[in-house]
Amino acid sequence: MGPVDENLTIALAGNPNSGKTTIFNNLTGARQHVGNYPGVTVEKKEGLCRHRGVRMRVVDLPGTYSLTAFSIEEIVARDFLIEEKPDVVVDVVDASNLERNLYLATQLIELRVPLVMALNMSDMAAQRGFAIDGRRLGELLGARLVPTVGHKGKGTAELLDAIVGLGRGQGAPPPVEVTYGREIEEEVAKLLRLLDGEDELTRHYPPRWVAVKLLEDDKLVRQRVERAAREPQRLLEATAASRLHPTTVFGDQPEIVLADRRYGFISGACQEAVVHTVEARHTASDRIDEFVLHRALGLPVFLLLTYLTFQFTFTLGEAPTGWIEGFFGWLSRVVAELWPKASQSMIRALLVDGILGGVGGVLTFVPYIMLLFLAIAALEDSGYMARAAFLMDRLMHKIGLHGKSFIPMLLGFGCSVPAIMATRTLDTRRDRLTTMLVVPLMSCSARLIIYTVIIGAFFHNRVLADLGPVKLRLQPAMFFLIYLVGVALAVAGAKVLRATVLRGETTPLVMELPPYRLPTLRGLLIHMWERAWLYIRKAGTVILAFSVVLWALTSYPRRPGPDPSDTDRRARAEAAYVEGMRQLAEPLGIPAHADALEQAARLELAYTRASERFYPHEQGHIEARRSYRDAMEAILQGPAGGAMRQLTTFRGAIPDIRREHDDALARLGPTPAVHDRLLLAHQRDERLAKLQALDPAAYAAALACVDRVEAACDAEFRALTNERAAADLAYSVVGRVGRAIEPALRPLGFDWKIGTALIGAFGAKEVFVAQMGIVYAVGADEEHTEALRERLRADYTPLVGFCIMLFCLISMPCIATIAVTARESGHWGWAAFQLGGLTTLAYLLTLIVYQLGSLLGIGVG
Amino acid sequence: MTLSEVPEGGLVQLVGIDAGRGLSARLAAMGLVPGVAVLVVKNGGAGPAVVEVKGTRLALGRGMVHKMLVR
Repeated sequence: MGPVDENLTIALAGNPNSGKTTIFNNLTGARQHVGNYPGVTVEKKEGLCRHRGVRMRVVDLPGTYSLTAFSIEEIVARDFLIEEKPDVVVDVVDASNLERNLYLATQLIELRVPLVMALNMSDMAAQRGFAIDGRRLGELLGARLVPTVGHKGKGTAELLDAIVGLGRGQGAPPPVEVTYGREIEEEVAKLLRLLDGEDELTRHYPPRWVAVKLLEDDKLVRQRVERAAREPQRLLEATAASRLHPTTVFGDQPEIVLADRRYGFISGACQEAVVHTVEARHTASDRIDEFVLHRALGLPVFLLLTYLTFQFTFTLGEAPTGWIEGFFGWLSRVVAELWPKASQSMIRALLVDGILGGVGGVLTFVPYIMLLFLAIAALEDSGYMARAAFLMDRLMHKIGLHGKSFIPMLLGFGCSVPAIMATRTLDTRRDRLTTMLVVPLMSCSARLIIYTVIIGAFFHNRVLADLGPVKLRLQPAMFFLIYLVGVALAVAGAKVLRATVLRGETTPLVMELPPYRLPTLRGLLIHMWERAWLYIRKAGTVILAFSVVLWALTSYPRRPGPDPSDTDRRARAEAAYVEGMRQLAEPLGIPAHADALEQAARLELAYTRASERFYPHEQGHIEARRSYRDAMEAILQGPAGGAMRQLTTFRGAIPDIRREHDDALARLGPTPAVHDRLLLAHQRDERLAKLQALDPAAYAAALACVDRVEAACDAEFRALTNERAAADLAYSVVGRVGRAIEPALRPLGFDWKIGTALIGAFGAKEVFVAQMGIVYAVGADEEHTEALRERLRADYTPLVGFCIMLFCLISMPCIATIAVTARESGHWGWAAFQLGGLTTLAYLLTLIVYQLGSLLGIGVG
Repeated sequence: MTLSEVPEGGLVQLVGIDAGRGLSARLAAMGLVPGVAVLVVKNGGAGPAVVEVKGTRLALGRGMVHKMLVR
């Protein structure tokens, strides 16, 4: 037994699609951490693991096919292996695809790393009729070989045993060398002789490896030689000579010959250790592909799956979104009630309006985002995504993008942040940048709220075309139109970028099509969570910070005090209420007791004032409640008591009946059948009639009370509150800036109110609707969306509505998007270009659309 | 001839690739070395092609198929 509590560093290498990530998950479970390799945008995944008293740090290297110096992922992987010298390297090999997967293994063998090979997907290999002699193959490759079935968790314990064993120096098979044939080996020997004295180099790198890499003209090894060798010139000249000879003999560059020989070595090993028993030509994957990649059927299948994805997301996402909204509403109330209602506390405002308001709005989207990413994870893990990228490639190619750009763009419909991070899968910087810059044009979920409000306000859901069972309605058509505009602009934008700033050849598409797999639930959840977490983190950081800033800018400076005209209006409204109640004396049949009614009215107003000042649990409220009850009791004991009690009952019953009708109507959905509507209305009217029959006088008085006196007073009070909020906003920094930029917005059909909302929305588009609500003095919460729609309709034409959507579509990448673009592109310049470019484009395009539309008289009616 | 001229279902041998070193190395690592057997699964006119090399399915863009010399 070795010493307990050792610490080992393990590196996981392997081809993409070999199941390496699953093995990594099996080893480390939830104890993972994702970061970046320093200085590059390659993801670094690390995790922890314990087995038989040994602590292990597991590093998941990027998936690579080889370890050349040609791609950043390979360089990063190679550097890690050389610089950090992990105790054990695990090569995850797809057993059903053995020969190709072993190419990487040959590179690892040459690097002389302590090697354990996980023969993954061994079940599929067996299914395909391959019988692999693990022990023999391991001997031939100089590695410990462990069969595993990653997605079922099989073989994990044995793998860990092998790792720990090797880490302790036990069970290491004798090292093996990949040989390259006589001619090449002669040259290698020559270089080895020259490398003999070069301790600086050979201290870090195995000499044979250096020699082979030099023969391959490996860029980075050359650089190392130039820097660290004592006699670089001699080495490099010898290399040049050594490269020349095989080229002449074989007619090919040495690297090609070396690659070929590696495959020869692999082939030899496989012939000895692998027996192919069944010739399984047409696997299930092939049959599915015949269907999916079919010339005629392929695209419809793809469109269908895309449609299902969105349908899945939106339908299932509705309920949880409602819960989260409800939760945040409740939380806001609870926090707010920790202070007295009348408190002007800045902290409370900061917490409730700034933090909970801003962040809550973003978090309500989490269900949609998670569902969308879950669907995408399913498509990816099953292997379909590769086919989709393949199908899309033709289209993408025409606009100068890569088939692989398709996935980030699809993600962009959820949220730009994970979409931009997904551009890492693209090979060239050019492709990456182009995709990154146009992804914000995919209408993300936040823009969806804006579209919903505007389309709901301006475009009545009339039927455009009746195709029998299916009716084409205006509203869904408008949604589709605006999304389409986004996609069209992205396409155009990509073309322009490719023709100007990001010129160059498109990378030819070479992509592996992995066999179809049934995704595991665990894998799906992990993949979904990786992306959803990015969105949540964005909410927790950028949006939080911005919400606070925005809150401050919209709340301050505060207006000095209550407006005297407001106080007047309030007083007048109250007086009108009192007078109105007084006049009910006659219809009620108690003309002599008008004073009693007046007194009651005054008591009610006083109680209302108290309710406005205090929360129900506060002392002030409790006292007000008590004195109101006592005073009212006294009045009701008096001669007018009977009639007044009737009035009170009916005053409550009439609105209750109406409300029940409205609720029932709402439950019927957006387009209820005429028959149902009439039925509900009839039921309501019947109940009201029955009520009336009980006491016609009281009913009449109550009706007048509810519909005239109360309604007028309520409306005035509400208007006062909302107008105060609107004035506060106009007085604040944001309001002033909005007014200041109004002249620039006029040509687009916008006014300062829209301008103010746009400024707020800059940080997070989700905020736009709330800000509009405030500006229009209809309140910022959900119940008043219809009120907002009315006001919008009143003030603007449908053309302006469309222009608002257009502007929001193109411009306003939220702060988080800009931050992520800066990070992924490596330079703030690109993020600034993105912001500037999109905003300019938005301005110009909206300008054109508005002016043209006005000229032609479209949508102005 | 180039790979673009091979009909679906055809089995050919790769002779060489007309590409830069980076691309060649990458293709080699994926199995496309001179001498390897290539089975053409799909070669549909304008779009990308699908081939099978060393047991793996690869999708190749249109530009690629014109650069691959086969026998």
